[in-house]
Amino acid sequence: MKINKMIKILLFASVFYLLAGCSDSGDSSSSSSGDKEIKFMHLWPEGSSKQHYDVVNEIIADYEKEHDGVKVDLEVLSNEQYKDKLRVLSTSKELPDVGMTWAAGFLEPYVGGNMFAPLDDVIEEELSDSFVSGTAEAYALDGKTYGLPLELNIVTLYYNKAMFDEQGLEAPKTFEELESVVKAFKEDGIDPIALGNKDAWTGSLWYMYLADRLGGADVLNKAIDRSGTFEDPALVEAAQKVQDLVDMGAFVNGFNGLADEEAKSMFMSEQVPMYLIATWDLPNYTTNETVPQEFRDSVEYLKFPTVDGNGDMNSFVGGPGVGLFVAENSKVKEEAKDFAAYFVKQWGEKAVTQAGVIPATKVDADSLDLPEMYIDILNELNEASNITLFADVQMSPDVAQVHLDSIQALFGKEMTPEEFAKAHEEALSK
Amino acid sequence: MNKVMSNKLLIALYISPALLLVLVLVFIPLILSGYYGLMEWDGIGDKTFIGLENYINGLQDMKFWSSAYHSFLLAIFSTLSLGIYLVISFILASKIKGSDLLRKIYLIPMLLSSVAIAQLWIKVYNPSNGILNVFLKQIGVENPPAWLADPSLVLFAIFIPILWQYAGFYILIYYAALKNIPESLIEAARIDGASAFQIATKIKLPLIKEVVSVTVVLAIVGSLKYFDLIYVMTSGGPNGASEVMASYMYKLAFSSYNFGYGSAIGFLLLIITLIVTFIVRKLTTPKERIEY
Repeated sequence: MKINKMIKILLFASVFYLLAGCSDSGDSSSSSSGDKEIKFMHLWPEGSSKQHYDVVNEIIADYEKEHDGVKVDLEVLSNEQYKDKLRVLSTSKELPDVGMTWAAGFLEPYVGGNMFAPLDDVIEEELSDSFVSGTAEAYALDGKTYGLPLELNIVTLYYNKAMFDEQGLEAPKTFEELESVVKAFKEDGIDPIALGNKDAWTGSLWYMYLADRLGGADVLNKAIDRSGTFEDPALVEAAQKVQDLVDMGAFVNGFNGLADEEAKSMFMSEQVPMYLIATWDLPNYTTNETVPQEFRDSVEYLKFPTVDGNGDMNSFVGGPGVGLFVAENSKVKEEAKDFAAYFVKQWGEKAVTQAGVIPATKVDADSLDLPEMYIDILNELNEASNITLFADVQMSPDVAQVHLDSIQALFGKEMTPEEFAKAHEEALSK
Repeated sequence: MNKVMSNKLLIALYISPALLLVLVLVFIPLILSGYYGLMEWDGIGDKTFIGLENYINGLQDMKFWSSAYHSFLLAIFSTLSLGIYLVISFILASKIKGSDLLRKIYLIPMLLSSVAIAQLWIKVYNPSNGILNVFLKQIGVENPPAWLADPSLVLFAIFIPILWQYAGFYILIYYAALKNIPESLIEAARIDGASAFQIATKIKLPLIKEVVSVTVVLAIVGSLKYFDLIYVMTSGGPNGASEVMASYMYKLAFSSYNFGYGSAIGFLLLIITLIVTFIVRKLTTPKERIEY
């Protein structure tokens, strides 16, 4: 029977297809011409981060032109998918030769699993003194550096000058002034501060700054690295100040259920006059053409105020965003390291002028054609006395989860400042 | 065709693609996650065998039990809501005007993806600009609650879209079952002088008992392993107030990088679901089968 045979063949074909799908599709990196191929994976897709994407492509094209016989094989994924894929690839030991990683806590499991190559030799030979201090250190574990930082973000309080003027208010320089600004807006029926605490790291920024101002730059770092404690009076006081703000109604209604994006949109639609966020949002307040010019003109930033007369306003919360790693078991490790170093060197100026990224490498702000807010921030960075790395990045992932949950509970007044301290102590002592 | 069906080799070939898929995508991962539960593992580095420690920790973990409690609450609510769906399908199945259109309307939420539904309801619940609170303010409520931020409300605020999402599905099943009842039975009842209410409760309901029992199992199992809307709308927050078992498992494995423990929780979830399914089947399976 003819049809019978056809069915058989079709079925065979489908089974084979299925089996082929399950097995490894073969080593695609072996190229035909004997060229060396560096696999590079990044997380700025053309659709959502066009400018980043273009800068990366430019650098790769330049690199390939200057280095004969080396090809860069690119794979691009969006942020969350990138994280998932990195994890899956690492379990099967097939990491790309060069890829992107986050600092500190994120690195730990990868370094523990011997996935990333130490890059101290690269930094010493080619990149010494080119990073803003404190950035490369964030990628160090047990004295070895595993990442070359690309971005640097510091957190500042953005405010809507037009809305302040309408109320006849000045930008606050101290916490007490901030409180009176909050009261003034409240009286006029305006929610004073945008906060999307569903994501919890947003609330953590407030807590971190209050801790920094009250206890100095080191108190939080020490509590996390266990040479100090979360029961330190300054840290408990900081938690108390957070609840004072909540009691005053400083944050938008229902902040614990709002995502950061929703809070941002309230700030950007001029419903709310203040918003604490990092410099990754700068394009929205300067160059982004899709944001109304009028709004961009009225936004200014200020450094987090001093509290009770304490604190150094040049101490920032922030930290490097993504950095480059080189895979430990890469077949072209030397070339990969060379490419990573080249990339970092090219990245700085291009990133800030074309993509609006504050780079982790030092750039001469005055020689570049940049919006004024950028120049101010870059100069701010040069004068920074300290940059405290985001708490949830500093902590190992499971402790970070406790921190974020506790932040929500603290802001939601389900926890007292003492219980907040205790929750951290318990998680860290495990 | 008969010849094809009697060939054992060919039968094996026929079922092999589906069998392989089920094996590779369901059963092997099931066994593996039970096995990973015995390990201390961050998902990347080396695994260390620690015996039943993860499972014992899981059974003592208050967060796990509170998320289990939330899952069971959802199961209870979705089972109770089946009653409402049943009533609606009785109405739809009786010959009322526009029942065809209404049936389609009820089905629409089923056709939307979970993420779209979540985004829609996030907007509805927005504390200052959401349609719900704007409406409440209009009718004079001073301080309408922040639905997704209030720990005592958030769970129920999420239950509503979950129930809404699946209403159409159950209504469709009941509707089909009701339509399947032979007209002659109803006719006979009517001639004997039974009222519409009596027909519904004494004749139709017993006849679709089996279907009801299946939907009860579906609703309970579906609730116990529920994940989507919770993950998108609150990711279990604030501070675990809307955490369910599946979202807790996800958080442990993928946010806390505690793959071993996450796997153990996943396996506990499986065991709990199996036990509950078994009990529910025991309680609801009708003694005798009904033949028309």
